[in-house]
Amino acid sequence: MNEVTNIVVEALPQVQGYVYPNEAGLHPVWSTLIVIYPYITGLVAGAFIMASLVRVFNVKALAPVYRLSMLTALAFLLCATLPLLCHLGHPERCYEIMMTPHMTSPMAIFGFVYAWYLMAVLLLELWFDFRQDFVKWSKTTPGFQGLIYRVLTLGVTDLSEKSVRLDMKMEWILSIVGIPSAFLLHGYVGFIFGSIKANPWWGNVLMPIMFILSAIVSGIALCVFNYIVLTWIRRKTVDMRCLDTMAMFLFYALLVDAVVETLDVLHRGFAAEEGFAVLQTMIREKLFYTLNIGQVLVGTLLPLLMLGLLQLLRRRVPEAARRTMIFCSGAMIMFGVLMMRWNVVMGGQFFSKSFRGVMSYKMEFAGQEGWLISVAILCLPPIILTVLVKLFLSESEHLKPSEHLPETGANS
Amino acid sequence: MGGAIAGLFMISAARAAKAAVQTVLVSTSAPKGYDPTQHKWLMCVDDNKCIGCGLCAEACKKENGVPEGPYFRTWIERYIIPKPKPGSGQTRGEAIVDSPNGGIPNGGVSAFPEPTLPKDQIEHAFFVPKLCNLCENPPCVQVCPVGATFRAPDGAVLVDPKYCIGCAFCVQACPYGARFLNPVTKTAEKCTLCYHRITRNLKPACVEICPAEARIFGDLNNLHTDDPIQKFYEKNRVQVLKPHLGTEPRVLYAGLDKEVR
Repeated sequence: MNEVTNIVVEALPQVQGYVYPNEAGLHPVWSTLIVIYPYITGLVAGAFIMASLVRVFNVKALAPVYRLSMLTALAFLLCATLPLLCHLGHPERCYEIMMTPHMTSPMAIFGFVYAWYLMAVLLLELWFDFRQDFVKWSKTTPGFQGLIYRVLTLGVTDLSEKSVRLDMKMEWILSIVGIPSAFLLHGYVGFIFGSIKANPWWGNVLMPIMFILSAIVSGIALCVFNYIVLTWIRRKTVDMRCLDTMAMFLFYALLVDAVVETLDVLHRGFAAEEGFAVLQTMIREKLFYTLNIGQVLVGTLLPLLMLGLLQLLRRRVPEAARRTMIFCSGAMIMFGVLMMRWNVVMGGQFFSKSFRGVMSYKMEFAGQEGWLISVAILCLPPIILTVLVKLFLSESEHLKPSEHLPETGANS
Repeated sequence: MGGAIAGLFMISAARAAKAAVQTVLVSTSAPKGYDPTQHKWLMCVDDNKCIGCGLCAEACKKENGVPEGPYFRTWIERYIIPKPKPGSGQTRGEAIVDSPNGGIPNGGVSAFPEPTLPKDQIEHAFFVPKLCNLCENPPCVQVCPVGATFRAPDGAVLVDPKYCIGCAFCVQACPYGARFLNPVTKTAEKCTLCYHRITRNLKPACVEICPAEARIFGDLNNLHTDDPIQKFYEKNRVQVLKPHLGTEPRVLYAGLDKEVR
């Protein structure tokens, strides 16, 4: 009996100070699944913004990664709602969010923003971009794969100059619509947290903005990562002009993100509102490693330093070293943004809303809120992306070196 | 375009149908004939009277079948305010707060252990009953993605367990820690003011059992001259919890200390 009691005591969260009795449950109600939900959504928004740089802002140096970025956005978007779905107590009732939404709820509105983004923006833009290729490939590819291409043309096989021009015009329009949509998509995820006024760690008007900026940063980092990995797998040479331009955008996006997040910290410190003491405890103790080491040092300062150095000394750093530095920065930023999501989601649940106590918990391995299912969901988008790349990104056609200098920052 | 318009029509038709079904079949446990528009329920707590016996929390668990463990629709908090350290320049020491098992007595023995501080070092000690604050602007209702949690016209904030999807957004949004996810039904749960009782002219279980009459319950729309609620209002200056959040609670306290959140 003693053993059983010990197990129960060990499984119960450790509580310091006073927490409301209902808060002393077995684990935080939002666990690792809700950590990866904004992470995946952010990668989608970021990858799309990255692709928009080519389509809307005409940064031609990034042309080799345009389609890769779009497919990355699609692969991750298809999995974006999975963590939410798995987390629900009654997933079989999830359709109610769309069928009878409660319009004041940020979560309900997110369902529509998601549907709009997937159906009206991303899939449409991809289709207009790939339509001519679908027509060509459906004629040259035999078997099942050819059938897939044929189906994907949706019967529109017109390749006349007029129809191609229409495709391009539609893509441009969709990209322009897509940028605010991507901001809305991830801004809304930030709003889910920022709207909770009961929780000073979350309830903050800067939250959607911080989510959008960190999303852009993580999305570009993911595209850098994917591009280098894909060229390595395919034994192709990396287009350094493209990679350098990505690194440049990554650096500036990260810089803006870091400034806004610092502003948030300064504002909190200056205002020192109710509950500030417990927030200090969070930074100093409960989230010390994930916030100070993971998010700030590894995810922000080191990549800023490396990418900043590259902006200053690009010509003096050999290509191989540059490639490695950019790759490492991308990987560290992706890790840092994951830590940021952890710090936001878990940080908001590590203290009591009475501001008199803090809680900690042991992460479960299996079960609905265990980290195994979160890791499995995180592995899904790369698998989907592999299939998409295999189907739609042929080795000869794409990832070829850019023919033009970037119009933005060409001399940097 | 036509498809989109047709889709919108379908969604609005489905919404209308669902709303119609909901108004008829919504699970509130009220008897037939109960008209929520004819009542305005109010809960008041005279904090000077609470003796911390915890019978209210125990009665609530039994009456409503609340699961064992850290799940409470109502609970009792104990506040111990130490005297300030000499020369500290403070008016009082840092409050010590606890609520072991929600204050529910253990087989007739008080749930609250003897204070660790010697009596001569304690300036004040008091108990505070807590429950859903029946907000006029409930954040929990605002965030529910499907509208499973709602505010009835009589002021009660209720959850339809047949409709709740168990996302726990409301648990996060409640500033008072009054909500939890039921581990059995996997839906959100909270104090309903014993809706199955008050709609049958009975008092909530916690009010019924309170030996000190610290909890006062009534209907603002049907006040009579010697109504306890009326007396409570006349006798006391009242306060609410966390007023700065703008939730406008309908649970009113008399005799609260500034330490209570």
